[in-house]
Amino acid sequence: MNLEDIIQETKTYYCLECGKCSSLCPISRYDPQYSPRVMIENALLGFEDEIVYNKKLFSCLTCYTCQLKCPSDVDYPLFIQKARVLATAAGQHGDYAHSATLQSIAMLMARSPLKQNRLEWLKKDGYRTSEKSDVMLFIGCSPYFEPVFEDIPVRTLNIAEASLKVLNSLGIEPLVHPDEKCCGHDALWMGDVETFKKLAEHNAAIIKESGVKKVIFFCPEGYRTFKLDYPDYVKLDCEVMHISELLAQRLETEGLRFNEVKRKATYQDPCRLGRHLGIYDAPRKVLQAIPGIELVEMEHNREESICCGTSCFTNCDSYSKQIRVERLLEAKATGAETLITSCPKCQTHFRCAMVNKGEEKGPDIEIELMDLVNLVATSLGG
Amino acid sequence: MDEFEPQIIAFACNWCTYAAADLAGTSRIHYPPNVRIVRVMCSGMVSPMYVFKAFEGGADGVIVAGCNYTDCHYIDGPVKCDAMFTRLKKMVHVLGLEDERLRHEMISTSEGVIFARVVEEMVEQLKKLGPSPFKVRAEALV
Repeated sequence: MNLEDIIQETKTYYCLECGKCSSLCPISRYDPQYSPRVMIENALLGFEDEIVYNKKLFSCLTCYTCQLKCPSDVDYPLFIQKARVLATAAGQHGDYAHSATLQSIAMLMARSPLKQNRLEWLKKDGYRTSEKSDVMLFIGCSPYFEPVFEDIPVRTLNIAEASLKVLNSLGIEPLVHPDEKCCGHDALWMGDVETFKKLAEHNAAIIKESGVKKVIFFCPEGYRTFKLDYPDYVKLDCEVMHISELLAQRLETEGLRFNEVKRKATYQDPCRLGRHLGIYDAPRKVLQAIPGIELVEMEHNREESICCGTSCFTNCDSYSKQIRVERLLEAKATGAETLITSCPKCQTHFRCAMVNKGEEKGPDIEIELMDLVNLVATSLGG
Repeated sequence: MDEFEPQIIAFACNWCTYAAADLAGTSRIHYPPNVRIVRVMCSGMVSPMYVFKAFEGGADGVIVAGCNYTDCHYIDGPVKCDAMFTRLKKMVHVLGLEDERLRHEMISTSEGVIFARVVEEMVEQLKKLGPSPFKVRAEALV
């Protein structure tokens, strides 16, 4: 694939140079050196080196804000994804955060013939899982996030445990596969298609082997990758679903009995769940069904919601921090006590901003963070 | 077939462990030649990436070694290294690698004998474990 193919595939040639993308882009707002419009213009003028050897290529959050508002329907996130493949082939890469630990883990996982010890957290509690279940709960990278983000502190496995608890109380005993690997989301968006393919093939194979009909995710990134990206590379004969969708569905068909949780809460739309897949209502329905929860919206919500500031743990810089601080200030401005999200990565990034920027900004950005599933698990009792 | 000779990467702190390895050499202490020493300025600067890169490149085992808590040239390097290593161990454990492939040591400048002993022990352990699973793949890729 070369630049010309990418232009054809993403319909970049339709660009009117109106600049809507750059004016909406959360990165461009703070970083004057980054502009989606300039990037597209360089592509159309054939300046391949300006794109491939540009470190800012890896700054894009692929948050879809620009794509939804583009009057010419240019698929900028896809353009970025493909351009990064070119850049990777030319030996370029972004500035990995957390000293590239997570990227290395994904690469080792893709290559590894080993049995992982990823389910040790499952042993300690009486969660009901079943090896012959039709439904699988995808755990993804949570067991790896746990030690990496220990110092922030974020407990991603809490979300996994809460998901299991919620599924159990819905009467589902899911399969939790001991051999699943990273979904490959980060590798794909960073231009490492080789690693992505290996991971996708592995995951598709274990799903086929176990014969499940439905895979449930609590992480929107895994969900997006399985739903939109896997079909291009592997055959997947099962339904995929986010846990908030499942809950909303159950609410409609059977109704759920929630205990009261008194809280004023606001909801952060994760970019993968919201703009990528258009799921805005399901999590809100679930939140509103919990008695005692007063849901207030932030100034930017739904399609306009602001991203948490970093994608794929790459190019996390002072601009990313500014985005996060601004988003947290917005959340505080609503008067909510709790910021609910449904993406483990959103939670990680916001908490990181609170830890690092807390000293300067103080109580302005301190807010309780919680995953939707955790809230549901508390209010379902048990 | 030749006997399996493990390859060990040791990240050694410039002020203590590297000097200890030097001392082991000048004192003519014999230890297996399986170890490749990477000199770092402080064990506190070793990040998980260094260790993962070593495994990616086909190392069978990794040693991270630095000063004792009280000897650090930069005040609290070993404390940082300790915190990093605890997290690293958990990650490597989840990945499914044997815990014995990773070792954290505090070896002071005068402890050339201990350095030699650590390497000997590690080589023995790794010979029992066999080659790293990542290594097999690394060779297949070439």
